[in-house]
Amino acid sequence: MRLLTHNMLSSNIKGVTNGFPLGIEVVKVVEKQVELNADFLKNMFHKIDWKGLVDGSRAMGYFELPGEPPETSALESEEFLSKFHHALLELHLEEGALVCPETGNICHFASTLRGFPS
Amino acid sequence: MMKLKQLDGLLGHLQQFSKPKVELEQYPTGHHIASRMLFTAESSFGDVSDKVVADFGCGCGTLGAAAALLGAQQVIAIDIDSESLELALLNAENLELDLDLVQCDIKNLGWRGQIVDTVVMNPPFGTRKKGADMDFLFVALQVASEAVYSLHKSSTRDHVKRAALGSFNASSAEVICELRFDLPQLYKFHKKKEVDVAVDLWRFVPKSNRGNGCF
Repeated sequence: MRLLTHNMLSSNIKGVTNGFPLGIEVVKVVEKQVELNADFLKNMFHKIDWKGLVDGSRAMGYFELPGEPPETSALESEEFLSKFHHALLELHLEEGALVCPETGNICHFASTLRGFPS
Repeated sequence: MMKLKQLDGLLGHLQQFSKPKVELEQYPTGHHIASRMLFTAESSFGDVSDKVVADFGCGCGTLGAAAALLGAQQVIAIDIDSESLELALLNAENLELDLDLVQCDIKNLGWRGQIVDTVVMNPPFGTRKKGADMDFLFVALQVASEAVYSLHKSSTRDHVKRAALGSFNASSAEVICELRFDLPQLYKFHKKKEVDVAVDLWRFVPKSNRGNGCF
């Protein structure tokens, strides 16, 4: 599962009011190269929850994103775009689990099937 | 953009269910229908390429694969059935496509508002479990920001339109074309060799975001 997908999901455990962002327990991360699409990134930037993305990327061992949400002007920087792109689309949680932030329970979204604890 | 014939040909090679599950109303979305559905979404409305597309109840992943082949930036394929997802993964790998798979009942999906651009789906028609297709449509219209493409039996056309515009979150609901769905004799309770069902291809446009609340 990519962090783009992670950024959209929230806990589906009954009674939870604040189920976002899901924690990530990493067993295995893989990187897959994707062609950078600047227009897509500029559009997606406004939809992304920044904290969710940063927390997720750090859990997956990537520490290049700033902790505070950057200004829109950052989108003019190629360096920033390539880091944003990498975190959002190139890091895959291949094995691991997603954890409800409120209850600490594992959410049963088996994002990748091989070796995923069900 | 890929030609319709080429898309149809690639989808024709996908593996289908070997043992479809009656309770989930699993039946494959034929490549003929899937290719036309996604080709229309892209060529007439520009709802696929460079977009985030979700395939609800993806089964063996035909619609999701079609979206990826037409240049979707990211495809999220969701199904409750792990065997379906394994098949979807296999099909995607054979076509060198990368789908993000999520195992979940569509009704119980936790979602942070309207972030996906386009939802495509061939929902259970609700023949075995009444209202199953409308459950899917309800969620799709909460999740999509630009469009929802879905197949529903033509016999339910008035009901679908009323529900989508009245109770759900649609600002428009149009039947794009009528299709014949040739269901092969998948299940024992099908008496005839082939069941020919009239099906509508719908395009719904969701109302824009009313806050970013989870549901």
